[in-house]
Amino acid sequence: MRVGESVQRVDGPSKVRGTFAYSSDLHAEHMLWGSTVRSPHPYARITSIDTSEARAMPGVHAVLTHEDVPGMKLYGLEIQDQPVLAFDFVRYGGEAVALVAADHPEQARRATQKVRVEYEVLRPVTQAEDALRPDAPRLHPDGNVTRHVKIRHGDQVARADVVVRGEYEIGMQDQAPLGPESGLAVPDAEGGVDLYIATQWLHVDQQQLANILALQPEKVRLTMAGIGGAFGAREDLSMQAHACLLALKTGRPVKISYSRPESFVGHVHRHPGRLSYEHGANTDGMLVYVRARILLDGGAYASSSTAVIANASCFAVGPYRCPNATIDGIVAYSNNPPCGAMRGFGSVQNCYAHEAQMDKLAAALGMDPVELRIRNAMETGTEMITGQKIDGPVPVAELLSRVSSMPLPANVSRPLPVYGEGKGGAVGPADLTAMPGGVSNTTHGEGVKRGIGYAVGFKNIGYSEGFDDHSTARVRLSVIDGRPRVEVHTAAAEVGQGTVMVQAQIAGSELGVNDIVVLNADTRVGSAGSSSASRQTYITGGAVKAAAEAVCQRVLGLAQSELHPASELRIENDNVVGGDGRQIVPLATLLGDAVIEETREFHPRATHRLDPETGQADAHMQYAFAAHRAVVDVDTELGLVKVVELATAQDVGKAINPLAVQGQLEGGAAQGLGLAVMEEIQVQDGVIRNASFTDYLLPTILDMPPLRMDILELGDPNSPYGLKGVGEPPTISSGPAIVAAIRAATGRDIRRVPVRPHDLTL
Amino acid sequence: MEFLQPATWEEALAMKAAHPEAVPIAGGTDVMVEINLDHRRPETVMDLTPIRELTEWGTDDGVLRIGAGVSYTRLIDELGDRLPGLAIASRTVGSPQIRNRGTVGGNLGTASPAGDAHPPLLAADAEVELASTSGTRRVPVREFFTGPKRHTMRQDELIAAFLVEPAPGPQQFSKVGTRNAMVIAVCSFALALDPARRRVGTGIGSAGPTPLRAVDAEAFIAGELDWDGRRPPSDATLSRFGELVAAAAKPIDDVRGTAAYRRHALAVMSRRCLAWAWATPPHLWGGGARSAPEGL
Ligand SMILES: Cc1cc2nc3c(=O)[nH]c(=O)nc-3n(C[C@H](O)[C@H](O)[C@H](O)COP(=O)(O)OP(=O)(O)OC[C@H]3O[C@@H](n4cnc5c(N)ncnc54)[C@H](O)[C@@H]3O)c2cc1C
Repeated sequence: MRVGESVQRVDGPSKVRGTFAYSSDLHAEHMLWGSTVRSPHPYARITSIDTSEARAMPGVHAVLTHEDVPGMKLYGLEIQDQPVLAFDFVRYGGEAVALVAADHPEQARRATQKVRVEYEVLRPVTQAEDALRPDAPRLHPDGNVTRHVKIRHGDQVARADVVVRGEYEIGMQDQAPLGPESGLAVPDAEGGVDLYIATQWLHVDQQQLANILALQPEKVRLTMAGIGGAFGAREDLSMQAHACLLALKTGRPVKISYSRPESFVGHVHRHPGRLSYEHGANTDGMLVYVRARILLDGGAYASSSTAVIANASCFAVGPYRCPNATIDGIVAYSNNPPCGAMRGFGSVQNCYAHEAQMDKLAAALGMDPVELRIRNAMETGTEMITGQKIDGPVPVAELLSRVSSMPLPANVSRPLPVYGEGKGGAVGPADLTAMPGGVSNTTHGEGVKRGIGYAVGFKNIGYSEGFDDHSTARVRLSVIDGRPRVEVHTAAAEVGQGTVMVQAQIAGSELGVNDIVVLNADTRVGSAGSSSASRQTYITGGAVKAAAEAVCQRVLGLAQSELHPASELRIENDNVVGGDGRQIVPLATLLGDAVIEETREFHPRATHRLDPETGQADAHMQYAFAAHRAVVDVDTELGLVKVVELATAQDVGKAINPLAVQGQLEGGAAQGLGLAVMEEIQVQDGVIRNASFTDYLLPTILDMPPLRMDILELGDPNSPYGLKGVGEPPTISSGPAIVAAIRAATGRDIRRVPVRPHDLTL
Repeated sequence: MEFLQPATWEEALAMKAAHPEAVPIAGGTDVMVEINLDHRRPETVMDLTPIRELTEWGTDDGVLRIGAGVSYTRLIDELGDRLPGLAIASRTVGSPQIRNRGTVGGNLGTASPAGDAHPPLLAADAEVELASTSGTRRVPVREFFTGPKRHTMRQDELIAAFLVEPAPGPQQFSKVGTRNAMVIAVCSFALALDPARRRVGTGIGSAGPTPLRAVDAEAFIAGELDWDGRRPPSDATLSRFGELVAAAAKPIDDVRGTAAYRRHALAVMSRRCLAWAWATPPHLWGGGARSAPEGL
C-alpha cells in the first residue's frame, strides 16, 4: 500500500454484505438501555420534574435529571451554553430533559412517558431576524447574537458602473448520516467509564465528558465504534454524556441508540440563512466591491456557530479578486433546532449567493458567466477580503475553463413516444428514468426544458483563527512470525472518508513495509483533532508521516555501516536496500526482537484571529477549490427537476488514494444536489415537521447523475505530499451550479433553496 | 405482543373473529414502519403471509380476482398487460424491496389518501372483497374509503381480494413526487378509458382526505371525446378536463406540498394522461406486450 495507489477500503466488503458492526450493534452482558425524555416545546420554563412514577416501573434502574449531573451542567464546542439535561428552561423542541435506564428498550421508552415534566410554555423566537430585535426575549445571558463578524476591506464607499442586488434564502439541511447516534458506556470498578462511540473527535468528547462527569480525563476512556456517516453531525455530544451518567449511576453497561426521528433532534443541522448581497463591477466585468449581510440562524445553542459564521464571512465573495468589501456575518440564537457543523461549514450558504450574483452580473453586462468568473478569478498572491495573500496553487480560472470545456451530455429529453413497449412496461415510454419525475410517469417530454449552470467555490482546510491544529501518531515496527509489521495508532475518527487507508498508505510509503495494521482509534494515544474541516488526511496524515519517518531513521541507523551510511539507505519491500537498490539486510533479520516505536505530533502553520472590527487576518491555513457544471432538465409545467449530469474539476494537490478521492467528489456532489432540490428540515413554530426519511428526502441513485470528474494534482508546497483537503469542496459549488442551471432552464429568478416544485410553477 | 399465524384462510377468518383487535400483517411495509415510529403498538399481530389463497389470482367470468397478498412486483410481471394503469402505479411504489413485499391488500388496509394503488382501482371501478366467518361481501372501491386512513372494513373482516376487469381500453397513471424515485405522492392521477361503453374513469391521490374521483371531469370528457372518429381532443377540451379534475380535489398544505400546487399539478397530469391514453393504439390497450421485470 503506497501513497497514490487506489486502494479498497478494509471495511467495504463487510458493509456491503451487511455484517459490519455499527455502533448501534454494540452489546454487553447485562447491559441496560437508555432512553431520553425530550421537550415537546421549543421554548418553555420548566416548573417541575416528577420522576417517581417512572422510577417505580418494572425494569427501570435509574431516572436522572440535571440534578444528577455531578460536574459541569453545560457543555459546548466553543461556548458552554447547552445543558447536559435541561434546567430552568428548554430552548428547542426535542431538548433532552431526563434520562431513563431499563432492562429493555421498550421499558425505558415507556418509562420516559411517565416522567412528569411541568412546563410554562413561552412564545418561541422562530426567526433569526426576530431574535435580533431589541424586544426579543434574551435566550442566553450574553444576548441573542452569538457572533457578528465584520469584514471591512478597502474603500467602504466605492462606486461602480454596474450594480446588482439579490436576496437569498437557504433552508435547513440535515447531515442525515445513515447510522443514528448510538454508543455503549461501560463502568469500571474504580469509578471510571469506557465509552464505545461513533464520533468525529474522541478527545474533545473525552474532555467534555470529564467536565460533565467530574472525573479526570484518564478515567473516561473512549474507543471508536463502527460509524455510519457523520458529515458534521457527530462533532457535538449527543448521547455520550447521557450513557455515561446512566452507567456510572447504575454500575451497569448502558446502551443508547436513537431512532431516526430522535436523531433529527439529537444532532445539529446546517444553518439556514438569509443573505443580502450587492455587487458592483466595472463595464469590463471587474468586481469593484461586494457588500453583504449574512444572517444565519444558529438555533438554541451555539455549537460551532462562531466558526461557521467566520467561514461564511471570510469566503462571502467567493474565490474572486475583490478590492473592496463590506461584510456583516451574524449568527443568532433562536428557539429553532441548534445548528452547527455540516460539510462545507458556512461556505455552502454563501456560495449560493455569490454565484447567483455572478450570474446576475454577467446578465447585466451581457457577458458569458464563465468568462466573467475567469476574469475575476483569484490567483496565487491575490489579496483576499480578509487581507490574507493567498499562496500555493489557486487554479480558479483553470477549474472553470476545464469544466466548461468538457463535452456536454446528449440531449436525452427529446420527446418520447407517448406509448410504447419499453422496458418494464406495456404502456409508456422506453426510458422514463431519463425524464424529470422519473418512473412516476409525469412527462414524456412535455414541458421539458434544458439548462446549464456553473459555479465555483472554495473554503479553508483545517482549523482557523489561531486554533492550534494538530494530530498525534504512534508508529511501531516489530517482527511478527518472521515478518516485519508496522502498527499505526492514531485517534483519527474513521467516519467513512477512509482515513484508515490513508494512514496505512502513508506508513507503507515511508517505511517500505508490506504488513501495515492501523489500530482502531481510541484515547490511549494523543488527540488527532476532529474528522472535519477536510483536515484529517493533511494533519493526521502529516503526523503518521512524521512518526514513520522517525522510525525509518532509527532503522537506517541500525543498518548503517561504514560502507553504507544511513543517508544512502532506504527500506523497500521489507528489506533495507542501498542507493543502487540492492538488498543490504532483510528488516526481519536486522530487527530480531527489537521494537521501534515513535510518536509524533504534527502542527501545520499557525493562523490568526480575525480582527473584531475589520475582519483582517491570516486566519486560514490552506484553501481548496472546486468548480461544477450542472446540466438539468426541468419539467417547467410541473416544476420537477432531473439533474442530467454534473461535471466537476477539483485540485486535490495530491490524491493519496484516488479511489477514495473520487468517492468524496461523488458523495459531496450528491449532498450538494440534495440541498439544491430536495433536502430540507421543515421547521414550523420551532418544531420539525418532517423528522423521518419518509419526508426528509435524500437523493436516490435516480436523482444523482453520473459525475464527470477532472481531478488535478497541483501540489501544495506547504503540505505533506502536496495534498489538499478533499471532502468539503464538492459540496460547496455543486448545488449552486444546479440552481443556476434551473434558472437557465426556466428563466425564473430563484432565490431560495431547496427549489420546490411550486417555486417553479406558481 | 401476541403473534397469530393462521395456516389457512378459514383459520385466519376464525382467528380474526376471535381476536378482532388483531392487526393483520402482509408485506409489513406499513405495519412495521408504524411500530418502528411508535405510531402504533398492537397487542396482537396476525401474519397473513402463509395463506396461499391470498397470493393467487385468476379470472372469474371475465373479471380478474386478485388475492390481497399479491405483491407489486408480481402485479407488474404477471398482470402488467391486463392492468396497465395499476402496473404503472405499482412501478412507482417505493423501491424494489418494497415492491417485493408490499401488497395492494396492505395499501387498501392502510387506506392512506396517498396510497398509489387507489387511483387506478378507482378509475377502473374495481371492487374489494371482504370476508369474515359470517360471509363475503364485495364493496366498490369508490365506496371503500371513508376518511383519512379509514375504510368500510369491519373489525372481524379481512380483505380477501380485489376484483377488476382487464383493461377494456387505455389506462394511465401519473404521480408527482419531489424526488425521481422512492417518494410518497405529492399528488397523483389515474385514468381509465372504456371505449366500448364510452366511459372514462378517474382517480385522484394525495389531494384530499381520501382518494377521490373527478366525477364532473369524467362526465365532461366522456361526452367530448370523439369515440368513433378517434380525433384527438382539442387543447381547450384537454384544459377544461384538467380544470375539472383540479376542481374535484380537496387538497391541503402540508410538508409535501401546497394545496395550490396540488391543484395545478393535477390539471397538468390529467391533461397529459388523457393525451397519452387517447394516442395509444388499440393493440396496446389491455393485451399489449407482456412486461419484463422492472430493473430498478
Ligand atoms: C420505504 C417505503 C416506501 C413506500 N413507498 C410507497 C409508495 O411509493 N406508494 C405507496 O402507495 N405506498 C408506499 N409505501 C407504503 C406501503 O409499502 C404500501 O402501502 C403497501 O401497499 C403496504 O402493503 P403491505 O402488504 O406491506 O401492508 P402491511 O404493512 O402488511 O399492512 C398494511 C395495513 O393493511 C392491513 N392489511 C394488510 N393485509 C390485509 C388483509 N388481507 N386484510 C385486512 N387488512 C390487511 C394491515 O393490518 C395494515 O393495517 C412505502 C413504504 C415504505 C416502507
